[in-house]
Amino acid sequence: MSGPVTKDARSTEKTHEPKIVAFCCNWCSYAGADLAGVSRLQYPSNVRVIRVMCSGRVDPAFVLKAFELGADGVIVAGCHPADCHYINGNEKAAMRGDFLSEFLEDAGIEDQRFRMEWIAGSEGQKFADVVKKMVAELERLGPLCEEDV
Amino acid sequence: MGSPEPLEKDSVERTPSQGTRDATEPRIGVFVCHCGSNIAGVVDCVKVRDAAEKLPGVVVARDNKYTCSDLGQEEILKAIKEGDVNRVVIASCSPRLHEPTFRACIQRAGLNPYVLHMVNIREQCSWVHAHEKENATQKAIDLVRMGVSKAARLEPLEAREVPVERAALVVGGGVTGIQSALDLANMGFKVYLVESKPSIGGVMAQLDKTFPTGDCAICILAPKMVELSRNPNIELLSYSEVEEVKGYIGNYDVKVRRKARFVHEDKCVGCGVCTDVCPVKVDNEFDMGFAKRKAIYVPFPQAVPLKYTVDKENCLHFKKGKCQLCVKACTNKAIDHKMEDEVLDFKVGTIIVATGSETYVPMRKGVYKYWEYENVISALELERLLNASGPTGGHLIRPSDKATPKRVAFIQCVGSRNKKIGNNYCSRVCCMYAIKNAQIIKEHEPDTEIAVYYNDIRAFGKGFEELYHRVREEYGVEFFRGRPAKLSEDSATKSITIRAEETLLNKITEREFDLVVLSTGLVPSEGSKRIGKILSITTSPDGFFMEAHPKLRPVDTAADGVFVAGCAQAPKDIPDSVAQAKAAASSAAALMLTGKVRIEPLTVAIDEDLCVGCGLCAELCPYGAPELYESEKGGTKARIIEALCHGCGTCAASCPQKALTAKQFTDEQINSEIVAALTPICGAQKPPQKKNAETEV
Repeated sequence: MSGPVTKDARSTEKTHEPKIVAFCCNWCSYAGADLAGVSRLQYPSNVRVIRVMCSGRVDPAFVLKAFELGADGVIVAGCHPADCHYINGNEKAAMRGDFLSEFLEDAGIEDQRFRMEWIAGSEGQKFADVVKKMVAELERLGPLCEEDV
Repeated sequence: MGSPEPLEKDSVERTPSQGTRDATEPRIGVFVCHCGSNIAGVVDCVKVRDAAEKLPGVVVARDNKYTCSDLGQEEILKAIKEGDVNRVVIASCSPRLHEPTFRACIQRAGLNPYVLHMVNIREQCSWVHAHEKENATQKAIDLVRMGVSKAARLEPLEAREVPVERAALVVGGGVTGIQSALDLANMGFKVYLVESKPSIGGVMAQLDKTFPTGDCAICILAPKMVELSRNPNIELLSYSEVEEVKGYIGNYDVKVRRKARFVHEDKCVGCGVCTDVCPVKVDNEFDMGFAKRKAIYVPFPQAVPLKYTVDKENCLHFKKGKCQLCVKACTNKAIDHKMEDEVLDFKVGTIIVATGSETYVPMRKGVYKYWEYENVISALELERLLNASGPTGGHLIRPSDKATPKRVAFIQCVGSRNKKIGNNYCSRVCCMYAIKNAQIIKEHEPDTEIAVYYNDIRAFGKGFEELYHRVREEYGVEFFRGRPAKLSEDSATKSITIRAEETLLNKITEREFDLVVLSTGLVPSEGSKRIGKILSITTSPDGFFMEAHPKLRPVDTAADGVFVAGCAQAPKDIPDSVAQAKAAASSAAALMLTGKVRIEPLTVAIDEDLCVGCGLCAELCPYGAPELYESEKGGTKARIIEALCHGCGTCAASCPQKALTAKQFTDEQINSEIVAALTPICGAQKPPQKKNAETEV
């Protein structure tokens, strides 16, 4: 690809700009992210949201792929326990999240880089806070792969 | 909600595939919306368009001032035709807002509605990065690249059409539920109205007069209650609770528990002989404890249905196993202490939630001494004391000595606009009911001194401001701006001194009153949480049910076919509640009149050749959509019952064989988004060349 698309202006800057991929369920977390917008809550622009219908859709392989391709942090966000639009998809996501956390730890990836979060459609503030907090932590941790700086 | 019944085979109609342009080679059109200055004020839309133009597979890229407008949609149609576009990416607001709009739009151009991908550069970009224009523009470019990458892999899908049951469930029998039920029944639909209390009527039945016109509440409500009970299309299930709702839009299976009232409704004629002989006296909740009722009772004389109910907690028969006085007195043999709860099953197509609100009770000790001082009462208690059919016959007294108070104070915003207790919202009714009640007191006892301690007077409705001025100027009610700081009681007279800062005069005042009324705000009703869980509908931060869109879909919820109206959605007055009740009824009717509804085809497909029949999908699915069977080719296989599949994709994420595909959220599509999101790091990807192209990294 050519032109401005491949040009990553930020990679030339001194400070590390972490890249976060967030998988958000359509009904709660994605709606929460929308509410943050409607409420004009400001948060850092480092996050790229991928919409899925349910956090249960998130295959651990997606998370691993994101890390493999250079994501500094990954968020999987779903409805609060017992509030899942699909009854209990989020519980299954949580089980996979626990497994992933252990796996990532074994792989030497700091646990701050992967978060399972419950964000309701009414929690725009929480979405903004989760992103802010993760960006701050990732800035402190530095890039996952040294060559990205 | 739980698993729906499988649909009859012939009830699932397939709509013919839309469009002929869904050739495999993606030709993508990208449309970047300025949304006036909502997006363009932060994101450089031209730059985003230029970037999009260079992406692989993109044949057309445009930017529009308002993509959703007629002009904007025309341009999409034109571009699709001229550019022979077969995949569309629209970078604008959230898909939760305009996805249906643009699906319909591209369908008009002959495309399948599901070859659309919306990129959210407003709610999740320009609005949240308003002060970092460059980063926001870069993010928008990234998001568009992700969207284009996914769009290149989109496949046309066919929507399912299912029938809609021509019956509705209305939950809650206050004025909102009553109005919704009547409207639907008068349109010819079967309505089940479920009310948890022994009578319908809700909070409105307790009120004295209504603002701003001074109509007596029960006088205008009771005829509606009676009309409802006589309407042959309405099944009134009072003293009942919704226990379970399963299914999906148009096809909900409902279970309602009819609590045992220990009186057979078909035999009770409401004569009241039983209540006359009942020896037990307890506080009547309807009268806020100012009057007594018996253990067998109707809550108020105009109750509908006019059927007696035994209060099991207090009935001597249940407490001591002795008394049978009411049973002996009842000539119709209606009373039956052995009666048990019954569970009723029925099917509806739509649901209206009208669970209303309750008034805030200052639970925390010390809140204006509500629990400590007898002569501090809540607004609803005042309503009962002013009510002509209330415990005092409409004669205002104060609780401590039953004397007529000559000095009355109202304290506004109790439980509203208060961050300390977490109720940040304005309850919208307290200003006006306080003004209205001040007027009523003045009419009863013209020489009463009345003072209203307020923060802001919100007289926003039709005729409200006029009433406020009349009460202030003609009736001489005094208004003081300021929240009282301290209330203290004279131990001898039980009168109360209010110490307050009058912020307009910038001085501290102390003044004594005979009676203090707390203008308590509204909070979500007790049962609403349970109903919210049963129906999977979400609440706003204030605890009231959230509407699908605050302006354009005010009575829809996130659950299709479920509507919300009245104070269940947010505090509101009677005219607004009735208006919403009518809106919800007409929205529900629109669905039922059409008789069928399209459901999103976002289900899961299975490749039975890959399936090894491990059964993990069947184990994970809460709806029972995957079904194991013995294949003719040999071996156990799973198949998906599409009508049961809700499309969450949990099974697809777990299948060890990758035999399951979540439509529109396939592994390939999601992976392509991940790759595109991280492209500046890992390099570009090419569009798929053939139908099942591997994602290139």
